[in-house]
Amino acid sequence: MTALPKTTRKKLGLVIDLDTCVGCHGCVTACKGWNTQNYGAPLSDIDPYGADPSGTFLNRVFSYEVAPDDGGAAQTIHFPRSCLHCEDAPCVTVCPTGASYKRAEDGIVLVNEDRCIGCGLCAWACPYGARELDQLAGVMKKCTLCVDRIYNENLPEEDRVPACVRTCPAGARHFGDLGDPESEVSKLVASRETVDLMPEQGTRPVNTYLAPRPKDRMGRDAAELKPVATEAKGFLGWLDKALEKI
Amino acid sequence: MHPAPSVIIFTTLSGLGFGLFMWLGLGTPDVTGMPAFAWFFVAYALSTGGLIASTFHLGNPKNAIYAFSQWRTSWLSREGIMAVVTLFTFAPFAIGKIFLGVTWPLLGNLGTLFAVITVFTTSMMYAQLKTVPRWNMFPLIPVLFELYAIAGGALLAGEARIAGWLILAVTVLQIITWMAGDKKYATLATNKGTATGLGRFGKVRMLESGHTARSYVMDEMVHLIGRKHAHKLRAIATILIGVLPALMLLLLPATKPVILLAVASHVIGVTAGRWLFFAEAEHVVGMYSARG
Ligand code: SF4
Ligand code: SF4
Ligand code: SF4
Repeated sequence: MTALPKTTRKKLGLVIDLDTCVGCHGCVTACKGWNTQNYGAPLSDIDPYGADPSGTFLNRVFSYEVAPDDGGAAQTIHFPRSCLHCEDAPCVTVCPTGASYKRAEDGIVLVNEDRCIGCGLCAWACPYGARELDQLAGVMKKCTLCVDRIYNENLPEEDRVPACVRTCPAGARHFGDLGDPESEVSKLVASRETVDLMPEQGTRPVNTYLAPRPKDRMGRDAAELKPVATEAKGFLGWLDKALEKI
Repeated sequence: MHPAPSVIIFTTLSGLGFGLFMWLGLGTPDVTGMPAFAWFFVAYALSTGGLIASTFHLGNPKNAIYAFSQWRTSWLSREGIMAVVTLFTFAPFAIGKIFLGVTWPLLGNLGTLFAVITVFTTSMMYAQLKTVPRWNMFPLIPVLFELYAIAGGALLAGEARIAGWLILAVTVLQIITWMAGDKKYATLATNKGTATGLGRFGKVRMLESGHTARSYVMDEMVHLIGRKHAHKLRAIATILIGVLPALMLLLLPATKPVILLAVASHVIGVTAGRWLFFAEAEHVVGMYSARG
């Protein structure tokens, strides 16, 4: 039901590395493919080959430029956005039908399409644009964390991760239990700087974004690069001296 | 936000309808028989007409029955329940007035209370949304919705003088709400930097949107068309909602044509105002796709 569980036994979610993501949209395509053939109504396209195409996606990659305030080189950051499976999910509590819910066992936020009336209020309540009302089915679609893959014993074990994680060629997407400090994803998060998306909205997302590392700082850092050796040693040293003599 | 005709019609008509119920429940106008039938007909037509219009906004109305189930958490669910409860409370009251020529004041007053609660739940559906700063103003938005209902109800009930003053009050409150919304949005803590979390590394600018075509989120929540003429529309709405009807009601004799003209002006004005309520309201998700 649309009351949020006080705690969830697991906090399953994604860790997305903004340093590594190359913006290939592979996850977008894999997500669309998997979720069109599996859980719930397919993700429809309207006028796909016409002049005004549109369609439902559960994951979209935006690209931003970040220009450092000190005038250094600007950086391009590719930014995949999907449901963050928030702990204080405002999309759940606004739902009048109980179609939107957060699972107490693993924290996944889902829509029960057999109850959804397609009022769209949950999409209004989400700050992240993570929910899209399917224009053909008339029901709300959102990231399911590939709930039909991660527990699916009919799949080989290496495939029991979300489609977007499985497909990412850059290894920028990770899946696991962010509530368990010993999990791989929690250790990864602990080892890196992270960025918060609209913390002022108070949604407490489970998905975590790893911050991009600073790049293209040659101008400044070059001065700090001291020569490690001024005189060559060993074979190269001998060669150097021998050639000098000629 | 996308100003869908169905939601504009819904909030305008049902607001007026429940506003009229508020007065009818208090015995204003104190009529029985055929005149009572006319008044209750108008109240029911407006409130149920508005509610029916709101269902055109649903993608999957066949599940509508479930919308009454989540009253513990959802304002939309509470609204559905309160609207039905109010309509059913007024049914025996109206039957008594029309067919039996009797008034049950207790029932009427209870109905009035329920009508007030219904309008409050409607307003909270908007006021609860942190994602839409212009709506997320408590208690300003609920008070505005209530005052609109009470003033419009007085006008429909034929209480010309009282309606004149109430309409003047709601016009002033509407202007205050517009100004408060402008201020709230101008001082908002959310920007492209906090949205992406990248603000601490420098100035954030969108290079490429996540979609080359339209998307539901853009169509529904990043509506930009209305904002260009917002100030002109605000002026027009102010005149139609309030200035014109209030002058007519307070200065002219309360004849039928005067009241009807005032009603027409007020209803058109409120519709324009509700269009602005949606079209002007920025959703924070727009930060992710804002150029520049
Ligand atoms: S990201 Fe949006 S849809 Fe997902 S849980 Fe958070 S508020 Fe809900
Ligand atoms: S669109 Fe469906 S899931 Fe979303 S709030 Fe409405 S009924 Fe609930
Ligand atoms: S977890 Fe599954 S549903 Fe969610 S974005 Fe990835 S592929 Fe799409």
